[in-house]
Amino acid sequence: MAEENGLSQVFEITGKDFGRAGTISTKIKEILQEIGIDSAVIRRAAIAAYEAEMNIVMYAQRGTLTLTLTPTAIRLDVDDEGPGIEDIELAMQEGFSTATDEMREMGFGAGMGLPNIRKNSDEFAISSTPGKGTSIDVVLNLNQVAE
Amino acid sequence: MTLRDVKEILQAQVVCGESRLDEEVKVAGASDLMSDVLAFGMPGLLLLTGLSNAQSVRTAIIIDAKAVVYVRGKMPDAAGAKLADEKGLPILSTKLMMYKSCGLLYSRGLPGISDFLAQGR
Repeated sequence: MAEENGLSQVFEITGKDFGRAGTISTKIKEILQEIGIDSAVIRRAAIAAYEAEMNIVMYAQRGTLTLTLTPTAIRLDVDDEGPGIEDIELAMQEGFSTATDEMREMGFGAGMGLPNIRKNSDEFAISSTPGKGTSIDVVLNLNQVAE
Repeated sequence: MTLRDVKEILQAQVVCGESRLDEEVKVAGASDLMSDVLAFGMPGLLLLTGLSNAQSVRTAIIIDAKAVVYVRGKMPDAAGAKLADEKGLPILSTKLMMYKSCGLLYSRGLPGISDFLAQGR
């Protein structure tokens, strides 16, 4: 489906479905590889998508990850229905985590997810309503324009 | 060193990716925590881990790892093995523990991430 100047695809993610966790990000990586985007950018997008997907699986009831490609950027818009985040500033700190043992057994929940999404993004925005859900918008630029 | 060297040094079993054993690996890292692998890993990494669920394979693919070595005799679960096979990701399994596996590879000249970055490579 078309959106503005780009192509957009919405992926549904189910909360607590640990068996399938990561499949959307793997699919997104495949899509970006087929298009022939620079591998370093793909890697950053895939890491951001994977961290976001894991956050939905671990914490939310459900969510969507919308991949939008424009001629100049990759956008990842992540929206979930879940508990939300009370203190975003605290959640953005490396090492802060509210993970359960089950999440840690999966190799996740070290409090690196949100900071790592930001690290791999050119633009990063997060908003959350406690009791309702969290939205994360990520942009990765495809062309570095000299200023 | 090549993945074949890794296999011999660790007396490892090749679970999948036999055809890629002559590829060279230049850097290795070890963790059971995939959060840290995503945060600190790098392309071409040889990932040593004791986490044998599908997330270890997915994480390796996401970060463009060269291969995965499961320590302590672990084997990938069914979903992980299928994905690795589909993606052509080599997987080795050694009966050695994590510390010894890392020590053997390091002493034979395979650098860790911090060494690799310090060398400016």
